[in-house]
Amino acid sequence: MIEVRNLTKSYGGKKAVNNISFTAEEGQVLGFLGPNGAGKSTTMNILTGYISSNEGQAFINGVDILEDPIKAKSFIGYLPEQPPLYFDMTVDEYLSFVYGLKKCRLPKKSHLNEICEIVKLTDVRKRLIKNLSKGYKQRVGFAQALVGNPKVLILDEPTVGLDPKQIIEIRTLIKRLGKNHTVILSSHILPEVQAVCDKIVVINKGCIVANGNADTLARSLSADHKLVMQIEGGSDEIKKLLMSVSDIERVFVGRQVDERVWEYHIEAKENADVRRDIFRKLAARGYPILMMKSNELSLEEVFLKLTTGDEYGGAEKIEDKLDALGKAGEDK
Amino acid sequence: MTAILKRELSAYFKSPIGYVFIAVSFLFSGAFFWLFTLSVGSTDISYVFLGMFYVYMIFVPVLTMRLMADENKLRTDQLLLTAPLGLMRLVMGKFLSAYIVFLIGDLVMLLYGVVLSFVATVNWILILGNFVALALIGAVFVSAGLFVSSLTESQMVAAIGSIAVNVALALINIIASVIPVKLISDILKTLSVFDRYNEFTTGIFSLNGVIFFLSMAFIFLFLTVRVLERRRWA
Repeated sequence: MIEVRNLTKSYGGKKAVNNISFTAEEGQVLGFLGPNGAGKSTTMNILTGYISSNEGQAFINGVDILEDPIKAKSFIGYLPEQPPLYFDMTVDEYLSFVYGLKKCRLPKKSHLNEICEIVKLTDVRKRLIKNLSKGYKQRVGFAQALVGNPKVLILDEPTVGLDPKQIIEIRTLIKRLGKNHTVILSSHILPEVQAVCDKIVVINKGCIVANGNADTLARSLSADHKLVMQIEGGSDEIKKLLMSVSDIERVFVGRQVDERVWEYHIEAKENADVRRDIFRKLAARGYPILMMKSNELSLEEVFLKLTTGDEYGGAEKIEDKLDALGKAGEDK
Repeated sequence: MTAILKRELSAYFKSPIGYVFIAVSFLFSGAFFWLFTLSVGSTDISYVFLGMFYVYMIFVPVLTMRLMADENKLRTDQLLLTAPLGLMRLVMGKFLSAYIVFLIGDLVMLLYGVVLSFVATVNWILILGNFVALALIGAVFVSAGLFVSSLTESQMVAAIGSIAVNVALALINIIASVIPVKLISDILKTLSVFDRYNEFTTGIFSLNGVIFFLSMAFIFLFLTVRVLERRRWA
């Protein structure tokens, strides 16, 4: 449905998007994930024909956006980052303007009624867009994208600036629309993409760093051989005991959870399952295991790992720096 | 195109701009009509038209400054440029909306002819010639204003820029006459809006002139399309 091949776009020598390729099938919700300035909006603007790429091609429903832009655009409903609203119009006037602009052929009244029902705008249709709250403005933007029932919906950060209730509503809406549309949405919020999308493309500094469905992405980067445990007992003895288990390579003693309870981060050899051995050793010595979980990376960690090459991202580094600053302060 | 035309027209009359423009047209033409015609007992209303030429030179930019600059600023151009609509149609819709408002202001001029015809014999050919001339120059001013508006995000810059362009267009013949190089001066003279305008005001209906003004307007519309297109490639 959507195919992107080797897309490159530079702004004044700086590559905003660098040789990216991906596809989205019909009835799929594709999440475009990346930090601010990663090239998400640029890619979406290229897909919708607002700007052009320097190299590469983008096909919407088999039509090249550069070769036959008018036809390609007729398949797309686009909600830009900032909804393109005319504040001097009422919701009804605006939607019927968009209806005319898109040369829509569906029966006008029932089509617009339906859209307003879907995005819950029915109560405010006679009001000036200027006077609507941010959440409603976003919905009007959404409604605009739905006019003409386009096959492809491209949504640039659709939930930014909404309150939690509205965010949930919009997500449910996207999921529902995803059943019979192809949806591409961008976001820098992980749980959002995780909750809504079938497929995820992670982008950073204009390059794709990962591409796959949400589960496989997490699995491919997961670390079954890493465990987090909470064990009651003296930390030194337990560390020694753990190290004596074959296949365990490293043990870090983490934070103290309770009196005589510490957290342990255990790294075994890859593909080794050490959980049973650990249990037996600890049980034999009478150390109760209060918690044991394999350290599967959440998508959040996956993301940080992919984009910064570090599981804990910049967060730990900043903490280190703060610690260092604190120590320096104490020294004085 | 009709969707854009309709929206722009309604925008003119939702804000004061449309009314202000028409009121200014009526006010100045009425004042000129009284000053140059009624009060001196003349039936020649070409001075009224001439006066309006200068008024429109300054005021048409007020009409056109919003057209593209506002879209650029509010980023609603994203809606227009991602809609399945050719750029020329988009530009034509914008142009026609402003031009229709302009014509509403301009049409009152014919009324003065009717008023005069009650009290004197009127040379209608002269009046019609003047009217057509003003309508044609209006098309040039509107399209030039639209072009300048597409270059900027600020309505103020668009207005001042278009006034500058209009003044330059009107003064080309004066500039031409002071340039010592004959070739350049001749080229500029053929571009002179004012000379062509004058032909009409004497009642001479020249096809050349019509084509000249229409192609002038078209060039600005074409340039506007190019500006929108260029943004895609920037």
